[in-house]
Amino acid sequence: MNLSFKGKKITDIVSVVPENVSRFVDELHQYSFPVEKSLKLKDIMGFNEHRVAPEDVTAADMCEFGFNYLVDSKGLNPASIDALIFISHTPDHFVPPTSSILHGKLGLKEDCLCFDINHGCAGFIVGLQQAFMLLENVGINRVALLNGDTLSRKVSKKDRNSYPVVGDAGSVAIIENSSDTNPINVFTKNRGKDSLVLKIPAGGSRMPSTHETSILKDIGDGNFRSLDNLEMEGASVFAFVQSEVPKMVDEILKTEGLNKDDIDFFVLHQPNRFMLEKLADKIGVSRNKVPNNIVENFGNSNSVTIPINITFNLKNILTSNRSTKLLLAGFGVGLTWSGLVLDINNINTCELIEFKKEIK
Amino acid sequence: MKKRIEQKLISIRPEFDFLKSDSFIDEGLLDSFDLITLVSLLDEEFNISIDGIDMTPENFSNISTIELMLKKYMD
Repeated sequence: MNLSFKGKKITDIVSVVPENVSRFVDELHQYSFPVEKSLKLKDIMGFNEHRVAPEDVTAADMCEFGFNYLVDSKGLNPASIDALIFISHTPDHFVPPTSSILHGKLGLKEDCLCFDINHGCAGFIVGLQQAFMLLENVGINRVALLNGDTLSRKVSKKDRNSYPVVGDAGSVAIIENSSDTNPINVFTKNRGKDSLVLKIPAGGSRMPSTHETSILKDIGDGNFRSLDNLEMEGASVFAFVQSEVPKMVDEILKTEGLNKDDIDFFVLHQPNRFMLEKLADKIGVSRNKVPNNIVENFGNSNSVTIPINITFNLKNILTSNRSTKLLLAGFGVGLTWSGLVLDINNINTCELIEFKKEIK
Repeated sequence: MKKRIEQKLISIRPEFDFLKSDSFIDEGLLDSFDLITLVSLLDEEFNISIDGIDMTPENFSNISTIELMLKKYMD
C-alpha cells in the first residue's frame, strides 16, 4: 500500500544508547563454538561491539532521556506535543500503555493523543506513517515519535547467532506539518502468514512465561535458547529481505520518478553487515551509499537502527543547508517492509547521545 | 574450479571430507553460518557477489551444485 502525504517534515532526531559497551571478543566464552570459528564471523557479520542497557533501564527510560534532552538543550516545549507514539517490543508493562507512562513523565498536556505500537524492524517507518496520518487532522501540529527496545534481554546470551548483533537503544523524532508541498509517499506491505518466522514464543497470552519457558535448551546447532528468547528462522527471513526489499526500493523510486543515482543515501534497517552488503548488491547501488556500520558499533536495536544510522552517520550533512535525499527502509518482524524517500536539510537536531541515569 | 571450492569448504570445516557428501546441509557438514562464511569466501575468491536468493540448500548440496551456481556468475 502506498499512502501519499504533503507538507510533513522531521525537525529533530535524537538517538539514545546506553553507556555500557559489550565486546564480542569478551563474549566468546559464552558460546559453545570454537573461538576460531566464531572469529571468522566477526568481520563477515559485523560482530564487534554493542550497547547493553543496565537491568533497571527500559526502552522508555532511554526515550524519556532523549525527549528531555530536546527540552533542556534544544528548547522543545512539551506543551506543543499533540500526539505521542511509542513503538517497542519491550514495553514497561502490559498495562498501562507505556505511552501513557511517558505522557506523565514528560509532562505533556491532557489534550495529547497517546499510542503504543508493538513493532520492530520497520517500526520507524511505520511510526512516521502514523505521525503523518495524525498530522492530517486539524489540531495536530506536532507529533513525538519514540522508538525503543531493550532486545539484549530477549536474546539468549548463549545464542551466538543473535546475541552479538543485538543492541539496546531509544530515539525521539519530532514530526511537524510544513509548508513544503512536495509529496511524501510511504510504502508499506505486510505478510502476516509468515509472522511467526520471527518471534518470542513465550511471555504473552498464547504461552505465558513459566519456569519451563525460561530453561535454556540446545537448539541443535550449538546455540542455547529458551522459549522466552527471540528466535528467527534465519534462512526464511534472509530470503524475504533479499526478495522483497529490492522490489520495494524499485517501486518507491518509480512512484517518486527517481533513479537510484538521485538518492544520496539508502538508510536501511541494520540486521547485520552480511545481509546489508548482499542487499546493496541486489538493489544495485554502491555499498558506499548504504551506511552499514550500526551493528558493529551499537548492535541491531530494531526500529531504532534507522534513527541511529541517521544521527551517527549523517549529522553533518543533514544539519547543513544542502538538501539531502534519503531513501529510508525498514523490514523484518511482521513480516513488514516499509519505506519512503525524504528530503532533509537544516534539521534542528541530529544527535546521538549516551544515556546517563539520573541520580535521585 | 572444484578444487578451489573444496579448499574454501575445508577452510571452514576441516574435519569433514566434502568429496564424500552429496548433501552438505542435510548431512550437517554446513550450518547456516558456515553457509554465510562460504558465500563470503567464494565472493572474494571469484570476485563476484552471490545473490542472496541463491543461498539455498539446493545450490549448496555438494561441490558440483556449487560449481554450477558459480558458473552462472562467470557467464
